[in-house]
Amino acid sequence: MKRILIIGATSSIATAVARLCAQDGSALCLLGRDADKLTALATDLSVRGASEVSTFCFNASDIKQHSQTLENAQAQFGHFDYALIAHGNLSDQKDCERSFEQTHTELTTNLLSPIALLTWLGNYFEERKSGTIAVITSVAGDRGRQSNYIYGTAKGALSRYLQGLRNRLAPSGVAVVDIKPGFVDTPMTQHLKKGALFASPEKIAVGIKKAIERGTSEIYLPRFWWMIMSIIKTIPECIFKRLKL
Amino acid sequence: MVQKHNGTQFSSWGKYPTPVEQSAAFLYSSSELPQTDTGQLLLPYGLGRSYGDSCINSGHTVLPCSRLNNFLAFDPNSGVLRAEAGVSLADILEVFVPRGWFLPVSPGTKFVTLGGAVANDIHGKNHHVAGTFGCHVRQFELIRSSGERLVCSPQENPELFRATIGGLGLTGLITWVELTLIPIQSPYLDTATIKFRNLDEFFDISAESDSTYEYSVSWVDCTSEGANLGRGLFMAGNFSEKTKKKQPPKLSIPFPCEAPSWLLNSLFMRSFNTLYYNKQRSRKVEALTHYEPFFYPLDAILNWNRMYGKRGFFQYQFVIPFTNDRRVIKDIFIRITKSKRASFLAVLKTFGDIPSPGLLSFPRKGVTLALDFPNQGRPTLELLTDLDTIVKSVGGSIYPAKDARMSPEMFKLSHPHLDEFLKWKDPQFSSTLWRRVMESA
Repeated sequence: MKRILIIGATSSIATAVARLCAQDGSALCLLGRDADKLTALATDLSVRGASEVSTFCFNASDIKQHSQTLENAQAQFGHFDYALIAHGNLSDQKDCERSFEQTHTELTTNLLSPIALLTWLGNYFEERKSGTIAVITSVAGDRGRQSNYIYGTAKGALSRYLQGLRNRLAPSGVAVVDIKPGFVDTPMTQHLKKGALFASPEKIAVGIKKAIERGTSEIYLPRFWWMIMSIIKTIPECIFKRLKL
Repeated sequence: MVQKHNGTQFSSWGKYPTPVEQSAAFLYSSSELPQTDTGQLLLPYGLGRSYGDSCINSGHTVLPCSRLNNFLAFDPNSGVLRAEAGVSLADILEVFVPRGWFLPVSPGTKFVTLGGAVANDIHGKNHHVAGTFGCHVRQFELIRSSGERLVCSPQENPELFRATIGGLGLTGLITWVELTLIPIQSPYLDTATIKFRNLDEFFDISAESDSTYEYSVSWVDCTSEGANLGRGLFMAGNFSEKTKKKQPPKLSIPFPCEAPSWLLNSLFMRSFNTLYYNKQRSRKVEALTHYEPFFYPLDAILNWNRMYGKRGFFQYQFVIPFTNDRRVIKDIFIRITKSKRASFLAVLKTFGDIPSPGLLSFPRKGVTLALDFPNQGRPTLELLTDLDTIVKSVGGSIYPAKDARMSPEMFKLSHPHLDEFLKWKDPQFSSTLWRRVMESA
């Protein structure tokens, strides 16, 4: 039984992870934007076997409040063994190209908000000298492509931040897990045409839970994305820049 | 939140017919029905395991419910569970079997939603002692296109309760269902597999064993003739008090791609059936079997419907009243073996006399046979029409959840309470099946 903090808990992937943890009898502390959805999820997790569920409202765009929110949550819930950051928004690339304001909003949600949380969490776990911090980034962060490089920028920078944090926290015995999902069939990708590369959030969740328990540094989910991204990363830039990806 | 979406991916398990110009509006919360263009008719969509056209809505809108999947309440003293309609039976088993509870009634796949289980009033291997799924539903909530939200139970809105159980999703959107789980001591069953050499032996074993076994079903070889007509395996079990230390591994093998159509020829079918019949040498084999392979043997092969290739397949399930001379069921077997089109999955069972609350519910006292046939176009359809004629002649019925081709007349004859149902159907809900069978009515 573990005490787990999940941020962005009502997202499909986070919900699926929370359900798996609930079935093990874990205690769950959930942060999310929509109070009604959080309440419904808390009930669901209790029925599934969670030993304890607490919920706190949290708005990713309000980054100044992040440390206070975590402080409150920790004070009321008690200590955390694991933390999972799962919120994010699939940016509209074209909107971002037209407007820096839009780009700024997307970078706030997908990059600055996680970093604000990680600043608090990094110090918290460093002091405890144990625990695991896991963050959902994306395969989109591995290489900039014209179709979604704003989202890719945020996720890529976040992965780089996690590398540094992992390096810093390793001596304290704290694991930092970078989870890079490929295409997942969720409300976030609902407008996209579903092909064979799409995986269900439930399937991804199994991989996430395992990675958190093992403290894996970096994992692609499903695993075959490691192969795809290795190929994509090795294409020389002089060719890559002409591709329509 | 509701978003529109291209809905052609929401097809049925038999892959026939293919939905045309269907849109989809996902449901993420049960707060309200989606706003759709005028004239659009709605149909809730679960996991798409209905075989024919009862779960598709060509030219209109389906409402995929699989994300409406929160558990709402559970009482560990009584086993009463309330969950949203998109929760699957697999979800329930995963959470509750380890705690010593099981579904009161389970079909041959766990990949169906609670909403779908109610809408088709599904049945299982324990029909002779437990009735249908609807017999174990305490209440549910329904949203009608008028915007009304109604809790339906045998006491509250009893007419809508009866119309919705087996109501093919046509009375509105079911948002949550409350049912009673049954206690089990172990995930294992004491099972027996008994060979029968022909249909007469089947009826004898069935009559003998239905009082000793809570669960029973038979697989029948539809390729053998003469003295071996209707030979098969009677598979039965009761939940055990015993358990095994080592749980069986959870295997799920994906069927890789759509099989070529020449694969399922009559020689292949005959060989498969003969091998399967002879998988055990002795007449009776007893074992301690995990619930997964006992209840859901085909769930281990994901997308097994791909075995039938691009053209898909027809399921055909009927129930006919018991007759003293067993002549009718034999006639049906003769007609099928002669056609040389029979396949792997011929399933025979006797239904008990526990009535369902559902107006359009399919199961009723008698003997039921479920078959599947690869879609070979006209010859397949002609065979099924011939079978209809035999079924009709003895007052039998066809199961709409598995149908893609029965005539409006056959649908009417299969549903004696249809007129009562029509009073409670929601005017904005429809399906491809509904428009097909009601066109001349």
